[in-house]
Amino acid sequence: MTDSPAGRIGQHVLEVQHLKKSYLSPEGERTDILDIPGFTVGYEEQVAMRGPSGSGKTTLLNIIAGILQPDSGTVSIAGTNTTNLPEAARDRHRARHLGYVFQTFNLLHGYSALENVLLGMMFGQGSDAQVAQSLLERVGLGNRLKHRPSQLSVGQQQRVAVARALANRPQLVLADEPTGNLDRRHGHDALMLIRDVCRDQGAALLLVSHDPEVLGAFERVEDLSVLNHAADVAPAPSVTASR
Amino acid sequence: MSKSPGIGLIVRRSLRHHALSTTITAVSVALATGLVMSVFAIDRQTRDAFTGGPVGFDAVLGARGSQLQLVLNTVFQLETSPGNIPWSVYTAISHNPSVSLAIPFAVGDNYHGFRIVGTTTQMFTDFEYTKGHKLTPEAGGRIFNDTAKEGVIGAMVARQTGLRVGDTFHPYHGVIYDTAQMHKEQFTVVGVLKQTNSPSDRVVWIPIDADFRIAGHVLRGSGTIYRPQPGVEIPDANKEVSAVMLKFRTAKTGFMLDQQINKQGKDLTLAWPIARVMADLFNKIGWVSRVLQLVAYLVVVVAAGSILASIYNTMNERRREFAILRALGARRWTVSSAIVLEAAAITLMGIVGGFVVYGAILAVVTEVIRVETGVVLNAFQISPPMIIAPIGMLLIGALAGLAPAFKAYGTDVASNLSPTS
Repeated sequence: MTDSPAGRIGQHVLEVQHLKKSYLSPEGERTDILDIPGFTVGYEEQVAMRGPSGSGKTTLLNIIAGILQPDSGTVSIAGTNTTNLPEAARDRHRARHLGYVFQTFNLLHGYSALENVLLGMMFGQGSDAQVAQSLLERVGLGNRLKHRPSQLSVGQQQRVAVARALANRPQLVLADEPTGNLDRRHGHDALMLIRDVCRDQGAALLLVSHDPEVLGAFERVEDLSVLNHAADVAPAPSVTASR
Repeated sequence: MSKSPGIGLIVRRSLRHHALSTTITAVSVALATGLVMSVFAIDRQTRDAFTGGPVGFDAVLGARGSQLQLVLNTVFQLETSPGNIPWSVYTAISHNPSVSLAIPFAVGDNYHGFRIVGTTTQMFTDFEYTKGHKLTPEAGGRIFNDTAKEGVIGAMVARQTGLRVGDTFHPYHGVIYDTAQMHKEQFTVVGVLKQTNSPSDRVVWIPIDADFRIAGHVLRGSGTIYRPQPGVEIPDANKEVSAVMLKFRTAKTGFMLDQQINKQGKDLTLAWPIARVMADLFNKIGWVSRVLQLVAYLVVVVAAGSILASIYNTMNERRREFAILRALGARRWTVSSAIVLEAAAITLMGIVGGFVVYGAILAVVTEVIRVETGVVLNAFQISPPMIIAPIGMLLIGALAGLAPAFKAYGTDVASNLSPTS
């Protein structure tokens, strides 16, 4: 594959094909949660995906991240079919090519903001305090490097999570309801920050949300209930905003 | 690129986050390590000190009875005398050409619990407690006059009783200090011996003739009771001694005398070689050592269990942390090896503390043994237990981390990264 921007035109940083995932319920019944024939995200593209709670958004992101394995189908990230990789290789690939922003930020509470970002780097490109510090400065936390998550506001915690997700210069950032725990103003700020930083770093963004205001900010919005042909998922909400 | 924080950061943060349980666990490891090192080191050092220490004699000749009792009584100033032997035995053995040194000992009195030994000046002029080292008085002192009521005291006697050159003292009858048993005779301290780190440091040495003449002492060397009279020379036939301390020219002499005295004779006992007699004692009481070792091992098991429990108990609260690390790209083994390293780090802290515990135990035990026997253990001598025990403890500690590490290894990432949308 070609990594130069010119060489990437028309290529996809993420390709999902014939993806299926089901769960075995405690009663022993198999429940189909995902059945996606195809889905792609281009290099540096920013895509929003909507879907109600329980529609399998997080499961899809976890499969893309290599945290979960699909029952069948393939996920290719930056030209590598990660579903064929052994677990350790998937972990390594995830660390080097993916950033993940969680709804609850999932910061490590015993560590400072700087250490959280450094830990994000240590499994990928390797820790670099200068890069970590500049990322935190980029998200407006240059004066909060030594602060623990508990010493930061919710909005500041989200910014640390964004800096951590971008720390390894990933080609794809996954964001799972990143504004879900923020009020409207902070949610808007966080969204703008994620998008700006991804743009600055040349990373594609796949953001899932059920917030119409968030979805309305994206040029491309995919509806998981349309993409997903699985029969057992929750129905799509009646009103959604998209462009 | 700056140095990676690596697994060390994860370990350090966890130790700090769980500071209380880390400290308690490290203390238990310290106690276990210190105890194991102490039990083995004390066993080894006491055995070495009592079987190969600065005794200076090859054998002890005494009344028929236990060789061990004879050695304990004369060499280590423990136990009571098994009985007396005629002076003629002493003169006979001292004229044996194979015997290089024969010194008579008369025991039975004490000064404030320290044994008083009646002997000859040969104890200071000819006897070497270790090769090239004699019992020598400190500056300002001298050895006693064979015919005077004088005494030379060991370094510990001087330290603990406060007796100095020129001071006087009264002997007390028996080997146990009893104020009601004071003899009226008064002796003058004429010398304080330099420290030898041997049982001699705990002895008050007086001339054997003066010992014979202490009021109340009777001599039965001839088979009948003889009471020494002032100014009247005591006939050799009436004299008796508790034991004769012997040094042989060759080891062959020991075999020969052992045959003659122990196997063919019936009146005397030759305790020879002294190291073997003491080794027999340690072999007989070896079970005590083994029990102590067993207790030490059990403490190690408890310490290992506390490492396991302290880390295992944090597993539930740390599942999310592991899941986050895994989501960031940490491999399973990375997370689980951090747990093993954490266990090893706690153990390492405990081992450092273990040396402090070891030092404290050895300091106390060494002092007790020194005060009770005069034998000085080298508490800080590097011995195999001081190397093997910490390494073993480190391995056991790391092994104790395996169970929680296995649990961390199996952490399910997706289910611990709640909530889902």
